[in-house]
Amino acid sequence: MTMRISADEIALRSRDIIHDLKPLEGPMLPILHALQAEFGYLPDAVKPIIADELNLSRAEVHGVVTFYPDFRDHPGGRHVLKICRAEACQSMGGDDLADRVRSLLGIDFHQTTPDDAVTLEPVYCLGLCACAPAAMLDGAVYGRVDEHCLSEIVAELRQ
Amino acid sequence: MSLVHEIDYGTPASRSEKQVTLTIDGRAVTVPEGTSIMRASMEAGIQIPKLCATDMVDAFGSCRLCLVEVEGRNGTPSSCTTPVAANMVVHTQTNRLKDIRRGVMELYISDHPLDCLTCAANGDCELQDMAGAVGLRDVRYGYDGGNHVRARNDGEINARWMPKDESNPYFTYDPSKCIVCSRCVRACEEVQGTFALTIEGRGFESRVSPGAHEHFLESECVSCGACVQACPTATLTEKSVIAIGQPEHSAVTTCAYCGVGCSFKAEMRGEELVRMVPWKDGQANRGHSCVKGRFAYGYASHKDRILNPMIREKISDPWREVSWEEAFSHVATELRRLQYQYGRESIGGITSSRCTNEETFLVQKLVRAGFGNNNVDTCARVCHSPTGYGLGQAFGTSAGTQNFDSIEQSDVVIVIGANPTDGHPVFGSRLKKRLRQGAKLIVIDPRRIDLVRTPHVEAAYHLPLKPGTNVAVMTALAHVIVNEGLANEQFIRERCDWSEFEDWAAFVSEEAHSPEATESFTGVPANLLRGAARLFATGGNGAIYYGLGVTEHSQGSTTVMAIANLAMATGNIGRPGVGVNPLRGQNNVQGSCDMGSFPHELPGYRHISDDATRDTFEKLWGVTLDNEPGLRIPNMLDAAVEGTFKAIYIQGEDILQSDPDTKHVSAGLAAMECVVVHDLFLNETANYAHVFLPGSTFLEKDGTFTNAERRINRVRKVMSPKNGYADWEVTQKLAQAMGLNWNYAHPSQIMDEVAATTPSFALVSYDYLEKMGSVQWPCNEAHPQGSPIMHVDGFVRGKGKFIRTEYVATDERTGPRFPLLLTTGRILSQYNVGAQTRRTENVAWHAEDRLEIHPHDAEQRGIKDGDWIKLASRSGDTTLRALITDRVSPGVVYTTFHHPDTQANVITTDFSDWATNCPEYKVTAVQVSPSNGPTEWQEDYNDLSRRSRRVAGKMEAAE
Repeated sequence: MTMRISADEIALRSRDIIHDLKPLEGPMLPILHALQAEFGYLPDAVKPIIADELNLSRAEVHGVVTFYPDFRDHPGGRHVLKICRAEACQSMGGDDLADRVRSLLGIDFHQTTPDDAVTLEPVYCLGLCACAPAAMLDGAVYGRVDEHCLSEIVAELRQ
Repeated sequence: MSLVHEIDYGTPASRSEKQVTLTIDGRAVTVPEGTSIMRASMEAGIQIPKLCATDMVDAFGSCRLCLVEVEGRNGTPSSCTTPVAANMVVHTQTNRLKDIRRGVMELYISDHPLDCLTCAANGDCELQDMAGAVGLRDVRYGYDGGNHVRARNDGEINARWMPKDESNPYFTYDPSKCIVCSRCVRACEEVQGTFALTIEGRGFESRVSPGAHEHFLESECVSCGACVQACPTATLTEKSVIAIGQPEHSAVTTCAYCGVGCSFKAEMRGEELVRMVPWKDGQANRGHSCVKGRFAYGYASHKDRILNPMIREKISDPWREVSWEEAFSHVATELRRLQYQYGRESIGGITSSRCTNEETFLVQKLVRAGFGNNNVDTCARVCHSPTGYGLGQAFGTSAGTQNFDSIEQSDVVIVIGANPTDGHPVFGSRLKKRLRQGAKLIVIDPRRIDLVRTPHVEAAYHLPLKPGTNVAVMTALAHVIVNEGLANEQFIRERCDWSEFEDWAAFVSEEAHSPEATESFTGVPANLLRGAARLFATGGNGAIYYGLGVTEHSQGSTTVMAIANLAMATGNIGRPGVGVNPLRGQNNVQGSCDMGSFPHELPGYRHISDDATRDTFEKLWGVTLDNEPGLRIPNMLDAAVEGTFKAIYIQGEDILQSDPDTKHVSAGLAAMECVVVHDLFLNETANYAHVFLPGSTFLEKDGTFTNAERRINRVRKVMSPKNGYADWEVTQKLAQAMGLNWNYAHPSQIMDEVAATTPSFALVSYDYLEKMGSVQWPCNEAHPQGSPIMHVDGFVRGKGKFIRTEYVATDERTGPRFPLLLTTGRILSQYNVGAQTRRTENVAWHAEDRLEIHPHDAEQRGIKDGDWIKLASRSGDTTLRALITDRVSPGVVYTTFHHPDTQANVITTDFSDWATNCPEYKVTAVQVSPSNGPTEWQEDYNDLSRRSRRVAGKMEAAE
């Protein structure tokens, strides 16, 4: 996904995706998710295309994109690991977990490992407070993340 | 003198007719249902602290400062978002509220610079006011945490700090002062309708972003100034306020650009204009503005402005500065000499649509009473004369039927031959607001104007007709309406002449006028046209707005009649939300026509041959008036070329640039012996002048302008004329030099004379305008409040008149040599011939005229975007740069005419409207070819301009 693609290619693929999702009620967020799934991030070039297709201003699209931390403006790693940093998880050892993950991967939050294997992100509540501390790998959630669980996750990342 | 104070009620007024009574701080308050607690309080004189609320935009409820307590309800609701309810008991000041507000204020101030003394908003800062209002004495959070305030914290770069954006020529954006109230974002969306601003990021990262994190100048921003007006701090500030400081007094006046006629507060410090701020009580603009009226007034103090009268014997001589006395006596002597030598009819005058009613009245009076002929005309000749003729025939009077507020009740709007978002931006914003509420739009225009599709607005139909086929398209719309039984028979039987209708209906129902039959030459697909016709006839209140794309054709008057027919056939006349609305190009084109500027009409559209009318003026003026119409502008020029017309007094019009067939105009002017130009600048016409009388700006005189909705608005003098005299004084002194006994001490006396002689102005006086703010004529015994909507109980002429509108193709046709059709228009940032806007920072947006050409036509000719091209017609040729766009259809090219270097009217032909001589600017057959430089005409003309602008003893005046 980190291969560079041309602006024309982005425009072509974006328009296809947008056309499919445009009929939805409130199509902007589904479109943004689909484009991020397609490109791995939201290239700047897609904002005017979305604006044009939905008859919005560039500013409006930009406002929505930047409001949600899930939308990234540059390519991420092949996997995205999110560690919950909210109160319940913090009270159940979330800080230690965060430190451990950072040192295991050798990167800080919002960073990507040099081999592009993984991007590490904080997340503020996965709704798994009863199973704190919690994490999420590429959309799959993990509860009560202990040393064992963490090594499983990292092993998967290294594959 | 002091600043004109406007109360900010916090939220917009409710339109409900049901009244609700509640108690606020022990006071009983009665307001319309739906009013916010905040507004109800303000109406009772109780000011609730607020930051994110302002009455130009809907309540938002984000600042948490306007909280109140309501008895029987939990919590502390925000007063801006909470509507009043009957018997509600509200407290705006309790210990609990005081604590919350102070706490909120502490948070705001903990991330705000404390450089109040050197801040541009000092003296006009709502944040400062609110800190005072809530009693802020300390900020517990200090100033050392995360902030947006400082570029560096303890030597470290502060990533959150952003530098000022100074890209816009008129205002700055300083993110460090932003409190994220979103007022600017909402003003851009709700008032202007451009949606150029957003809040990017979240939480502490939130900040205002033009476009997608762009500079203001590169973003979608149209620089209307609504955001600057809405900003409560120094985040968005006029550069003029930064440079000068806060104003200390102000006067309400009227913008001198387009026919919308926006009311502004001219905010002054001494005689220096600090800024123009739209006035919320202005009934045309309702507190909104565009980049021209709001910011583009710099021409008034531009170095090119000529401040002394000048004379020269021959146009090849350099100018010689003279005293006013010498200038007046020179002109008077010359005019009398030429009349003696060549006859009374050998001289004439042109009134200006840019000057006040009073000044226009004086110029036509000078011609009729002083020159003793009717050789007076005005620039409406080249714009809306067909409106005068067409609407006069159909309805009995030459004026738009509605006020601008009417758009708020329209359901289907036809915009034909007009581009409101560029040409009449404040009306464009009001139209877009109504469209966002669900009204439907039909655009009839060869070009895909912005309104066809722009954020949150999409036309239901765009009929991209070939230039010159308006009549065929309008008649085809009528064909569908009549043949499908969609005409409003009840209205027609009650209000119009039934037999004329039947004749017209039989005419339009002919198969030759069907959309299918006309498609081949109009280029409008029949199914689109049928859909548009059905929508207009059945969609509720239908309003038609049109501009010069209708009038500037060989069949301009016919199209105006076709528009009137359509409105009458669908019953869309005589109530709010409907009507026929010419969008007037200039601030006072309506007024200049009203004031008797045409050679055949005395003030109030009364024919010069009417003995009773002439008698009124003859008695008052003590002269005998000629009962034959005088010469129109093109006739004057023809006569000059023939040698029978020798002198002209031109007030505030640049006929060389704005009138058709430039070469003919220049030949006519060159043949005259005394051309007197009265203007702010050495305009293009002045290249052929023998006398130059410096003019005054709208800031330097008292008077009135009449806008497109017939609204008579006051113009108020806020500074002394830099040239010494207001324009009405110059005309008066000229008249006195010619021996006329004129003694007006103030323009109000001129208006009194208009009122005394003209029935539709009978009640108008400066005192009355002072009392009413503004009035829409007719304003007389029958309509003492003026007339927002015309033809309410019946047409002015009695029965509405249906007129057959046979389509006759213009003689200007494409052929192998000239295969493309050129049409012309305006752009937002420039105004007409650009004499004013080119002398402002508005050139940042539009520094040159470009030729819009379809990619297909461009490719055929090997033209790339930005290439220099030669544009040639049967009349002449010029060069400019190409702009490749699919806004225009293949076969159609488009350009603006704001820059004299381009001289678009060298290209246009001398074809004109059959009824009024209005030139056919909107259709010219042309060819486009690659070019590498200016044409011979451009070079010759530039050379002439340079030579003819020399002033003895001075450096060459730079254009």
